[in-house]
Amino acid sequence: MTITLLPGSATAAVALSGVTKVYARGPSAVLALDRVSLDVTPGEFVCLVGASGCGKSTLLNLVAGLDEPTGGDVRVAGDARPGLMFQDPALFPWLTVAANVELPLKLRGVPRRERRDRVAALLDTVHLGEFARRRPHELSGGMRQRVALARTLGLDTPVLLMDEPFGALDAMTRDLLHDELERIWRERRLTVLFVTHNVREAARLADRIVLLSSRPGRIIYETSVDVARPRRIDSPEVSALAAEVTDRLRAEVGRHGH
Amino acid sequence: MATDTISGLDALEVAANEKVQRRAARAWAATWPKLLAVAIAIAVWQVVVWTAWKPEYVLPDPATVGRDLWAYLFTADLWQGLATTMRRALVGFAAAVAVGLVLGLAVARIRVLRAAIGSMITSLQTMPSIAWFPLAILLFQLSEQAIFFVVVLGAAPAIANGVIHGVDYIPPLWLRAGRNIGARGPALYRHVIAPAALPAIVAGLKQGWAFAWRSLMAGELLVIIATKTSLGAQLNFAREFSQSDRMLSVMIVILVVGLVVDGAFGAADRAIRRRWGLDQTLS
Repeated sequence: MTITLLPGSATAAVALSGVTKVYARGPSAVLALDRVSLDVTPGEFVCLVGASGCGKSTLLNLVAGLDEPTGGDVRVAGDARPGLMFQDPALFPWLTVAANVELPLKLRGVPRRERRDRVAALLDTVHLGEFARRRPHELSGGMRQRVALARTLGLDTPVLLMDEPFGALDAMTRDLLHDELERIWRERRLTVLFVTHNVREAARLADRIVLLSSRPGRIIYETSVDVARPRRIDSPEVSALAAEVTDRLRAEVGRHGH
Repeated sequence: MATDTISGLDALEVAANEKVQRRAARAWAATWPKLLAVAIAIAVWQVVVWTAWKPEYVLPDPATVGRDLWAYLFTADLWQGLATTMRRALVGFAAAVAVGLVLGLAVARIRVLRAAIGSMITSLQTMPSIAWFPLAILLFQLSEQAIFFVVVLGAAPAIANGVIHGVDYIPPLWLRAGRNIGARGPALYRHVIAPAALPAIVAGLKQGWAFAWRSLMAGELLVIIATKTSLGAQLNFAREFSQSDRMLSVMIVILVVGLVVDGAFGAADRAIRRRWGLDQTLS
């Protein structure tokens, strides 16, 4: 995939400028994010890495429009709302797999016949065509997360926000899902903002890794990942980069005396 | 090839037979403890009668009541009374469902309303419904409306509470996911909140039914409308005419109706649990 955008001329897919988020008020106030500025170019895969409690999820909520910043500005290009995925697939147990994937289309008023074809196509994209009539509880964790991905893709949004989506999966399943996510990201030219505390995962997936400090969440380090794709999570290049980022992260965590 | 087909069909048939057998075994496993419980209850009753603790005309033995119940099944009284009682129950329950759902949803989602009447709904539930009857009789005299009034008051708070509980316990993640995929405003209610709260709502309906049925029986004992027979009225008359066997027969009918409806709610609950994958029993 070749993105030829001149620096400066690119309109960011996601633009955060001086974003601050404070929870509660008075003495119990918590500064979750402190003047975070970040531009994500269209088609870019950015991984946000940080220790727990660094406000990563807060950041995604702000971009998804599920929460308002206390200060600063959050901008998302285009009309479509960004799609959001969590560690928990958050599928609805009262719906079949197909109906879960169909729901965003239905809510947007896509006609019934078109919905049927689109659901079939989306399920094929995540290789779950045969499981359309099953219920979420009949699927494995990795399969459920793939259904959640199909459901989110149904929003037809160019921006995908992912909050530790593979954090609860075993390593083998995670590797497979990395491959699938990378493929779908390329095919659909998505912009991905991916939160993880797993540095290796970030090095495996990202074009750019952004490191956040904890309490308050602040961007402390950024690096672009120049390892050629397709990558393997256990390749020496990915490992070396992960080690480097981990050192940075350790220094940061140590400074705060955790 | 042909034999293959036959053996294939045979295999299907064998499988079907096994399925029927398994289902029968399951049904039996679910039934025998209940039958045993009924048998024990009847045995205890019989023993009490044998001790001659009370004279026969006050406490008849199970066989006498059984014979009367059998005869009662073929009287127009039973079916007319049952029809009146069930009509009152269903109309009252339906109204309570409407009131309870709207009230519950409003209280669950509107903060001011919750602060104002949230706790009142629970305290309403602790009010024994029979305590409403003096007021109901003053307001509506000895009439259908008096019974209706108390049935709705008895059942609606339980249903509203079920809705409130159901909405309160929806995992916030489902709401976030729902909003993210475009369910906002009424669509969020229809596609996320209502189905997510359904198990608790069914539990509330079940409890609401129990309250409605109790209120109705209290009402039919107190508010006797001369032109209309009902299970409650027949229970009352049986006592007044010292027909203790008939009195017990009516009681059994009332109990059975309660159990059947409760069983229907139980089946609905199990169906939901199966769909959601919360079924604990392995099958």
